[in-house]
Amino acid sequence: MKVGLFIPCYIDQFYPNVGIATLQLLEKLGCDVSFPLNQTCCGQPMANSGYASYDGGCDKNFVNNFSGFDYIVAPSGSCVLHVKEHLQDDANKEAALQIRSNIYELSEFLTDVLKVKNIAASFPYKVGFHNSCHGQRGLHLSSMTETVSPSFSKPLQLLNMVKGIQIMNPKRNDECCGFGGTFCVFEEAVSVKMGKDRIAEHDANEVDYITGVDVSCLMHMEGILKRNADKIKTIHIAEILNSQL
Amino acid sequence: MKDHASLAQEFITDEPRTDWHDETLWFVRQKRDKAAHGLPEWEQLREWASGIKDHTLSNLNTYLTQFEAQAKANGIQVHWAFDGEEHNRIIYDIIRKNNIERIVKSKSMLTEECHLNHFLQSNGIEIVDTDLGERIVQFRDEAPSHIVLPAIHLKKQDVSETFHKHLNTEKGNNDPQYLTEAARIHLRDKFVASQLAITGVNFAIAETGGFVVCTNEGNADMGAHAAPIHIACMGFEKIIPKAEHLSVFLRLLARSATGQPITTYSSHFHRPRPGQEMHIVIVDNGRSKQLGRKDFRNSLKCIRCAACFNTCPVYRRSGGHSYHTAVAGPIGSILNPNLDMKANADLPFASTLCGSCSNVCPVKIDIHEQLWKWRQVIVAEGYSPKAKTISMKIMSMVLARPAVYRFSGMMARKMMRLVPGLFKNKLNPWYKQREMPEAPKDSFREWYLKNKK
Amino acid sequence: MESRDKILELIKQNQPEAKSLPAVTINSVISFEDNYQQFKTVLESIGGKVELVDSIDAVKDIFLAETSSGKMVISTIPTFGEIDQKLSSYTAPQLEVLERAYLQATLGVAENGSVWLYESQMVNRLLPFICQHLVLVINKNAIVPTMHHAYQKIDVARDGFGVFLAGPSKTADIEQSLVIGAHGARTTTIFIVGS
Repeated sequence: MKVGLFIPCYIDQFYPNVGIATLQLLEKLGCDVSFPLNQTCCGQPMANSGYASYDGGCDKNFVNNFSGFDYIVAPSGSCVLHVKEHLQDDANKEAALQIRSNIYELSEFLTDVLKVKNIAASFPYKVGFHNSCHGQRGLHLSSMTETVSPSFSKPLQLLNMVKGIQIMNPKRNDECCGFGGTFCVFEEAVSVKMGKDRIAEHDANEVDYITGVDVSCLMHMEGILKRNADKIKTIHIAEILNSQL
Repeated sequence: MKDHASLAQEFITDEPRTDWHDETLWFVRQKRDKAAHGLPEWEQLREWASGIKDHTLSNLNTYLTQFEAQAKANGIQVHWAFDGEEHNRIIYDIIRKNNIERIVKSKSMLTEECHLNHFLQSNGIEIVDTDLGERIVQFRDEAPSHIVLPAIHLKKQDVSETFHKHLNTEKGNNDPQYLTEAARIHLRDKFVASQLAITGVNFAIAETGGFVVCTNEGNADMGAHAAPIHIACMGFEKIIPKAEHLSVFLRLLARSATGQPITTYSSHFHRPRPGQEMHIVIVDNGRSKQLGRKDFRNSLKCIRCAACFNTCPVYRRSGGHSYHTAVAGPIGSILNPNLDMKANADLPFASTLCGSCSNVCPVKIDIHEQLWKWRQVIVAEGYSPKAKTISMKIMSMVLARPAVYRFSGMMARKMMRLVPGLFKNKLNPWYKQREMPEAPKDSFREWYLKNKK
Repeated sequence: MESRDKILELIKQNQPEAKSLPAVTINSVISFEDNYQQFKTVLESIGGKVELVDSIDAVKDIFLAETSSGKMVISTIPTFGEIDQKLSSYTAPQLEVLERAYLQATLGVAENGSVWLYESQMVNRLLPFICQHLVLVINKNAIVPTMHHAYQKIDVARDGFGVFLAGPSKTADIEQSLVIGAHGARTTTIFIVGS
C-alpha cells in the first residue's frame, strides 16, 4: 500500500512534530509512506478568502506531487476537505479527481482503510477532545449534535484504544473554536472570543491537554492558552496515537 | 459604514453581555435539538421540505399564477410589487384612499427589508408594531436584531427603562410578567382602535389561494380580525403547492425556531370576513434575480425560522446589529449580497464556515457552501479590499513554487526567532490576543531529509 | 399589471428546470400508543389545561353557571343554548370585555397539542383571540397523531378562516422568559369528551 504523506504548509513550518508522529504512526501500522518533496499547500487559504481563482498553480503543484499513490493521508481534516471539494487541474483532470477520492484525514484513514483495532500507545493524561468543524461536518468523522442520527466518532474510537488516557468532552461538544482560516485575523474579536469560550469549557474539565484532528484549531487555541498563561497544552491526535509514555 | 468585523468588536467589548447573548441563544438551539430528536422522522421531514421547496421554485410562475387566480376568486385583492419602493407605495395608496390613521403591524421581515415603517413615517404615518419584541425595539428606534426574537440583544433592565419612558411603567420594575402585561394593555387599545392591520405571510397555498400566518402572541390575529382592512405582505418564495404540504412545514417551523412543537396560532386566511377588505402584496425585490443565480437560488427556500442564527457561533457572539441588514445571521449573509453586493460584501466573510447552519436548516439550504461561493463572487466582482487581493496574489505565487515556498518559510521562521518584534506587535491581529506559534529550527521536510532519506 | 407581468416573466426566465414533487408518505411518521395521553402531555407542557369529561353536559353546566357571573361570557356551541344572532358582526370594541369564550373544535393533534377551529365554530373570528380565557371542547376520538393526519381530515379553504391553536397566548421576547398571556387568551382549557 503506497501512501503519499501530505503535511500541510503550516504544519511543515511550525509543527514538524505532528508530521513526524504521523509518519511514524503510519509506518508502525505497516504503510509504505513517501513524502513528496515538492509539496506546499492545498490552496485553502486563498479559496476560503474568495480567491479560489488564484489556486491554479497551487493545485497543479499538488497534483504533480500526489499523483500515483494508492492513498494520500494528511494530519488535517480541513486541508483534506478542501482538496476533496476543490482540487482541479485542467491539464490533468483525471489525476486531480483520483486524488480527490483517495485523500484521507489521518484518523479516518486509520479507522476506515487500515481498520485499526488496537494501537500500542499510552498517554496517561486527562485529554479534552476538540471536534474540528471541517473534519466533523465536512468529512463526517463523527456524528453531529444538530442532526438526528446514530452517534459515532472516528477519532474517539482511536483515542479510546490508548492506554491510560482519560477523555473529557467539553459541554458544547461540537462548537467551532473560531479559527476559520483568515477569519482569525479579519474577524479577530469574534475569533478570539470563540476560542476563549472553547477553552473555558476544557478548563472546567481540568484537562491536561486539548487534542483534535486539525492543527489549525489547536494552533489558535494554543495562542490563546499561552497568552493567558493557562496550563493546558495542545497536542495533535497523531502525537497521542504515536506516544509511549 | 462600519463592517461586520468592527461592529462585532464593539459588541464583544461588553463581555458579560456577550456571554449572556451567547448562552441565551444557545439555550434556544438546545431546545431545537431536543424537539428535533423527539421525532424519529426529523431528517425525512427536512428532506421532504427541501424537495417540496425545490419543486416549487422550479414551477414558481405556475404556482404564483394559480395562487393569484384562487386568491382573487376568494375575494382577496392581489398586488404585485417589483421592489421595496413599489411595495411601500401600494400600502401607502391603500392608506390614503381609506384615510387611515391607525395602523397595527405584526411581524413581517419583508416589511423590514422594504423599510416600510421608515417610508410611512417620512410620509407622516405612524405604524404600531405589535409583536412584543418589535414594539420594544420600535420604542427604542432600533432595528430587530433577530428575525424570530427581535429584542434578544436587550436585557430586561433595558426593556424596563424603555417601558418606563414610553408606557409609564414603574421605574426599576424589571419583571418580564409585569412588563408584558403593560404591553398587553397598551397594545389592546391599539388593536381595538385600528383601521388597518398589516401582517406577514409564512406560507401561501397555490391550490387554495389562502395564506398562513404563525405567531405565539396572537398579535397577527388580533390585528387582522379587528381591523376593517388587512394587508398581508409576502415575498413570492412563500408559495407552496398544496395545503397538505403545510403539515411538513408547520412540523418543522416552530421546532426549528424555538423548540416548540407548533406556534400557538397557525392561522389560515382564505377569504375576508363580511365587510372586510383583504389585500395581498406579492413582492419580488431581488428575488427573481436570486432565482437566476444557480449557486444561490435555493436560499429562496428559507422559511425564516432563524435556526441558523441560534446555532451560529459568530452570530451568538456578535449580535444581529453587526450584520447591518434586516435579515441577519447566516441566511442573511447569503441573501443580502444579492440585494446590494457592495454594501454587504463583508457578510459572507462573517463566518468560520463551520457548517452548523446547514445542518439545522429545516429546508436543507447549503448555507455554508453558499457563503463560500459568495466570497468568490465578491472577489470576482471587485468588492474585496485591495490589500487583501495583493496579499493573496503573493501568497498564491509563493505556494505555487516549492522552492520559493521553502525559502520564505525558512526565512519567516528565522525572523520569528531572531526578530520576534516583527511579528509580536500591535499591527498583527493574530498577536493582539494570541501568542505566535514557536518557530522550530527545522521544518518537517528538513527533518525528513536529515532522518529518512 | 406591469410589475406582475415583469415579475412572472423574470421568474419564468430564471427558474430552474422542473423538479418533481416528493411524495409525503405518512406511514413512516411517529405514532403514539395513546393519542389522548400524548395530546394532554404536550398541551400541558405549553401551558394549556386539559380536562377529561364523560359528557359535554358537564361543560355546559360550567358555562351556564358562569353566565350569571356578570362578566361577558359567550358560547358558540349550539347545544349550550341559543347563539347571539349578532355575534358574527360584533366588532373589537364590543368584544374587548369578553371574559370567556366556549368553542367546539374540530380535532386535536397529539404531537403538538393544537386543535383545529373552523371560522364557523368561532362564529366571529375575533372570539378565540380577544377573550381573556378560552375554553375549547373536542371529542376524544377526534385526536389524531400528527399534522399530516390533521390536514387529511380538514378542508382549510372550507371557511374563510381557520386556525390551529395550541395553548394560551405567550411570548418570551423579554430575555427569553416565558410569559403566558401576550395578546390573546391568558388561559386555554380543553375539555375532552369521552371515556
